[in-house]
Amino acid sequence: MRNVAPSIRVDTPATLRTERRGNAVRVVAAGDWVTTETARLDPETRNIATTGAGEAEIDGSGITALDSAGMWLLLRMKYALDAKRVPVKRFVVPDRYTTLLSAVEREGLVEPVTHKPRPHGLNYILERTGKGTVLAFRQGYDMVGFLGRVTVETIEAFLEPGKELPFPGFINQIEETGLTALPIVGLLAFLLGITLAYQGADQLKRFDAQIYTIDLLAVGFLRELGVLITAIIVAGRSGSAFTAHIGTMRVNEEIDAMKTLGLNTTELLVLTRVLGLLVALPLLTFFADIVGIIGGMLMCDLELHITIPVFIREFKSAVSLNTFLVGMIKAPVFAFVIALVGCFEGLRVERNAASVGLLTTRSVVESIFLVIACDAGFSVLFSKLGI
Amino acid sequence: MSAPPNTKDSVVIRIRGLVNAFGDRIIHDHIDLDVMRGEVLGVVGGSGAGKSVLLRSIIGLNHPKSGSIQVFGQETAGVDAEDMRGLQLRWGVLFQDGALFSSQTVTENIQVPLRRWTDMPQPLMDEIAAVKLSLVGLPKEAGQLLPSELSGGMRKRAGLARALALDPELLFLDEPTSGLDPIAAAMFDQLLNDLKESLGFTVFMVTHDLDTLRDTADRIAVLVGGKVKTGTIATLIHDPDPWIQQYFSGVRGRAALSA
Repeated sequence: MRNVAPSIRVDTPATLRTERRGNAVRVVAAGDWVTTETARLDPETRNIATTGAGEAEIDGSGITALDSAGMWLLLRMKYALDAKRVPVKRFVVPDRYTTLLSAVEREGLVEPVTHKPRPHGLNYILERTGKGTVLAFRQGYDMVGFLGRVTVETIEAFLEPGKELPFPGFINQIEETGLTALPIVGLLAFLLGITLAYQGADQLKRFDAQIYTIDLLAVGFLRELGVLITAIIVAGRSGSAFTAHIGTMRVNEEIDAMKTLGLNTTELLVLTRVLGLLVALPLLTFFADIVGIIGGMLMCDLELHITIPVFIREFKSAVSLNTFLVGMIKAPVFAFVIALVGCFEGLRVERNAASVGLLTTRSVVESIFLVIACDAGFSVLFSKLGI
Repeated sequence: MSAPPNTKDSVVIRIRGLVNAFGDRIIHDHIDLDVMRGEVLGVVGGSGAGKSVLLRSIIGLNHPKSGSIQVFGQETAGVDAEDMRGLQLRWGVLFQDGALFSSQTVTENIQVPLRRWTDMPQPLMDEIAAVKLSLVGLPKEAGQLLPSELSGGMRKRAGLARALALDPELLFLDEPTSGLDPIAAAMFDQLLNDLKESLGFTVFMVTHDLDTLRDTADRIAVLVGGKVKTGTIATLIHDPDPWIQQYFSGVRGRAALSA
């Protein structure tokens, strides 16, 4: 999309004229030979008719304004004529542009810059696939290493008497990842509760079993949905923040500064976030469970005419403590995964702006993937255990 | 667009009663400053004296509290986007570390303004990019590199090439030699002088570097205590202000050494 500004004004449009005088070609340039005019002049200056000419002259004495792009066009004509064995005997520009002439002329005939060719074809696809695969495996390997390091540091932090947890940072993380996430988690859980109740009731109506909407809601929310929606929101909200924050610190050399000051970066940056989220995510999950079920309960009351006392009675018989615990036990695992991935990707950021964005995206995608994969693992585990 | 010679001593930037403040802290206290066509004005001042804020106010990245700034006779505060663009096309800015777009090669960086504001076909743009690279003294191969693959000095030159893409009449330089070794800095000063002579632009330069000031600046504006004092090294050296005294004592020392 081209958009030539009306504001680049050209006072006198540039002109180009060729004259023949015997066997000499005379090229007369006049007007403003400036950047905005070059697009128009470019084809004209490339096609100077020279058939039968023995010598040439470029007369720019009528030029009213000249800049480096315009000067380049004049010089390019000269080089082209010289190359066609029509030597340019006279090359005139107004006196005030002689320094510009020598500056542009100094380099002689500059070759246009070349661009690196964009790779394509089957080989390239294979190469990319291979690179991607190796990268994915290496990343997995590195992440296991990181998991080990964080585990060791966590245990050390708790066991070694000399070490102290960075307590203010830890509390701060709970606030950042937990407290400030309450509105969005609450809202989404509430809407999800409504949706689930409505859809469930619609299907169960066919069997005249609307009362089981409550069972569906209670079991579904407590076991799966509450913790899953919370984890996904937190991965998008806090996992990305971890990566972007730590990544920006790397770009600013803050991490290097911490290392030279003898500070333990894993402890200060990773541990506070991991432990903070380990506390915050279960609390958020509990909150989401309650709000989601309230949403479903209101829906039942308004649409299905299941009154709140009936709902509570049915609810009690539908779930046991285990149902709730099965959901809750996943929360710290998800929290660990999200915080670990977020910090891991943040520490891998290279020192440029694009890298922060790339790794933040990757961090969110990976943590959501791992959360759902872990959830599937839990489902299999619980069904084998018969819970 | 080179300056027509008959307007040699007209004012390019006219600042009147400029006030900038962050909260209670007053950065600029009713500053008046003129920059003449074709001159190199060096702006110096201690850290936090508001050199960069002044530059950013002129180019419209910072909105001053009050006062007027005219560039090419046009007010920069409160103009509509179209008029601002008209001004932007007539000036080029070199940011402190080049501010090259990190996902594009040097060539693509130089071609960004060309692509946006002219109808040049790609082959001509490639030629023009090569001309600009040679003007700023970069080898042709540098055009293919990404900004992260360049050294600090090369990044500044590449940034300068992008600033010069549309042949501006006015060039803003933010600490052009900071972070360069003395030899590279001296080469940059030389380059600036050469380009100024051949392309005929006006320069507004924020700098700390005394050598750069001595070698390139026609006039110096010192920001001190929210006010501005202008002069040449020869006149400012006699200014009683303690900051200015201390700042230029280095020059005096060197002059004494070389005598």
